[in-house]
Amino acid sequence: MSKQDKSIIKAEEMVLNMGPQHPSTHGVLRLKIHTDGEVVSKIEPIMGYLHRCFEKHCENLSYEQVVPFTDRCDYLASMHMNHAYSMSVEKMLDIELPERVEYIRVIVAELQRIASHLVACGVFGLDVGAITPFTWALRDRERILDLFEMLCGARLLYNYIWPGGLSHDLPPNFIQYTNEFLDYFEPMLKEFDNVLTENMIFVERTADVGIITPEVGVNFGVTGPTLRGSGISHDLRKDEPYSVYDKFDFDVPVGKGIMGTVGDCWDRYWVRMREIEESVKILRQAIAQLPDGDVHAARPKKVRPGKGEVYSRYESARGDVGFYIISDGKNIPYRLKMRSPAFCNLSVFSEISEGWMMSDVITILGSLDIVLGEIDR
Amino acid sequence: MNIQDIANKLKTDFSESVEFLEDTLFIKVKPTDWLEISEKLKNHDDFKFDYLMCISSYDCGDKIKYGVAYNFKSTSIGHELEVRLEVSDDESIPSVVKLWGSADWHEREAFDMMGIKFDGHPNMKRILLSDDWDGHPLRKDYDTPEYYRGMPVPKDKTYWE
Amino acid sequence: MKISDLSVINKFNKDNVIVEKLDTLINWSRANSQWYFQFGLACCAIEMMAAAGPRHDLDRFGNIPRASPRQSDVMIVAGTVTLKMAERVKRLYEQMSDPKYVISMGSCSNSGGPYWQHGYHVLKGVDLVVPVDVYVPGCPPRPEALIQGILELQKKIKTYSTLGKEV
Repeated sequence: MSKQDKSIIKAEEMVLNMGPQHPSTHGVLRLKIHTDGEVVSKIEPIMGYLHRCFEKHCENLSYEQVVPFTDRCDYLASMHMNHAYSMSVEKMLDIELPERVEYIRVIVAELQRIASHLVACGVFGLDVGAITPFTWALRDRERILDLFEMLCGARLLYNYIWPGGLSHDLPPNFIQYTNEFLDYFEPMLKEFDNVLTENMIFVERTADVGIITPEVGVNFGVTGPTLRGSGISHDLRKDEPYSVYDKFDFDVPVGKGIMGTVGDCWDRYWVRMREIEESVKILRQAIAQLPDGDVHAARPKKVRPGKGEVYSRYESARGDVGFYIISDGKNIPYRLKMRSPAFCNLSVFSEISEGWMMSDVITILGSLDIVLGEIDR
Repeated sequence: MNIQDIANKLKTDFSESVEFLEDTLFIKVKPTDWLEISEKLKNHDDFKFDYLMCISSYDCGDKIKYGVAYNFKSTSIGHELEVRLEVSDDESIPSVVKLWGSADWHEREAFDMMGIKFDGHPNMKRILLSDDWDGHPLRKDYDTPEYYRGMPVPKDKTYWE
Repeated sequence: MKISDLSVINKFNKDNVIVEKLDTLINWSRANSQWYFQFGLACCAIEMMAAAGPRHDLDRFGNIPRASPRQSDVMIVAGTVTLKMAERVKRLYEQMSDPKYVISMGSCSNSGGPYWQHGYHVLKGVDLVVPVDVYVPGCPPRPEALIQGILELQKKIKTYSTLGKEV
């Protein structure tokens, strides 16, 4: 075309809708993407397609009855949700827990962290186009779910950690099976690493893409592995240890920009893989130090806290879970608000995807590791 | 710094707007001075609250006033703070979006669920429910609608009996 | 009726040639290659994903996940359907081409699930917007339960009469 014809070409912004049903939006999330050709200029996430009125339910059920509903908020890490809620109720009631309960809670929480990160890394590989690591991740996760099924009878939504204790004690042989699983799992993790982490295609697609700078991260309230990938070492288990985490020796992996810039998608994936290794370390120490005792000793007969409010924080697989409970003296919470980490992690999505191409949008969304049940509640 | 010291420091500049009762863990602030107070909380060297953790809305129970609770934390110094504001239906709260980016979606959710209006917010729309939904569900006197766009919303099992 | 009574493969034992109704052959091919529409909404979607995973393999029954409604025969509604999402479910169901079936997986899509009492935004059962063929109970149902649901649907397809009068 000659130079005069170029003035006839008009460029307009196009609005593309990635609807609520889409194979790689990790749930029912709708994205309105304003693009100029292939390059993205603004993304508007629209949520609420899974709003299940969790907070309204909590205002009509007793404190013990709320526990199964917290499971269903973040269904990939339900032990963490149970634990966070139980911790906030115990803070209000000022209960002293037996050591055995705390150690079992740590064992179960770290197993859950490994399972959740396996799904996150496997599905991230699936988004980018690698199907084999996804099947390997699911295969290893099935063995963790077998352990949970032995413990409390359920594969996905456990209702196991209750305010004041646990629902059941460990079954016989649980420790032996967990040790066998850990011995089986460590070489499998190395295999997973070999296939995906330094794979040329994977690095080309994820390095230098979707960078979260530390200032933007803290300003938008981003927490968890998403923030640790940007170089900030902020982990509640080390900074403000709750439960018995101060008795274990573990590191907090932080993104260093090995393959690209600090804070890109590869860094966030790498932080999750290293966190799985740290969880295995914590598990081995917790199993070695597990004391005896009665897990039902501290469970209160009636959960009826006095008037007041509490805000307690917990480090779940996705970041900083907060439970803000206002109580007016009855056995039903007056107001319960759950601060969900994926809600804040998703709010930074539009900032970091400006200027990237359409296919990078999927990569960035996969690296943020969101769960819609938690965002919409 | 504990909450008594923070309250005293704030009262030196904003004595009428800041209120702190003994044996509570929060500071009550009036909405008129909230913008200046929040700016001081973020930037002043004594406070440095750079991480807004959560904004929760609650119903005061008397059908007149609705409250908002802000939970702050400082990543450099390490202290935490809870600030509460209470307004009625015709008042509104200045938005702190320019200071903390996480306030954006949290304020939209407070508007959606409890009906509290925020001045100066760039996009004050509902976030979780559809745009044509009536009412604010987390209010204590909320009544579930019978039908929504032709779909029945049964309240109990008598619908199927 | 056992599913093996409906099987066509057993008839090949005697000879390479069988005489069968055209209906039976059509039903045989349809039932054993149900391509399901990947419609995971909430927690049940994870169990659907696990059912398609390496341990409980769904591919051995002929089921492959398809992302587009135009290319699928079965829609597995897995998870809670909210009022905001219900219209989209209906629209996607209408975009599927005949013959189409719906499996409702989990107690949330069967009848509202644990949210039936105070859920102002939850649709109490997806059968209020689309016709459902098989209900799979559970919260969440195990992958083996979903496989049983798929086998029930296979039975239903094999007893359907395409060319003759409707059974």
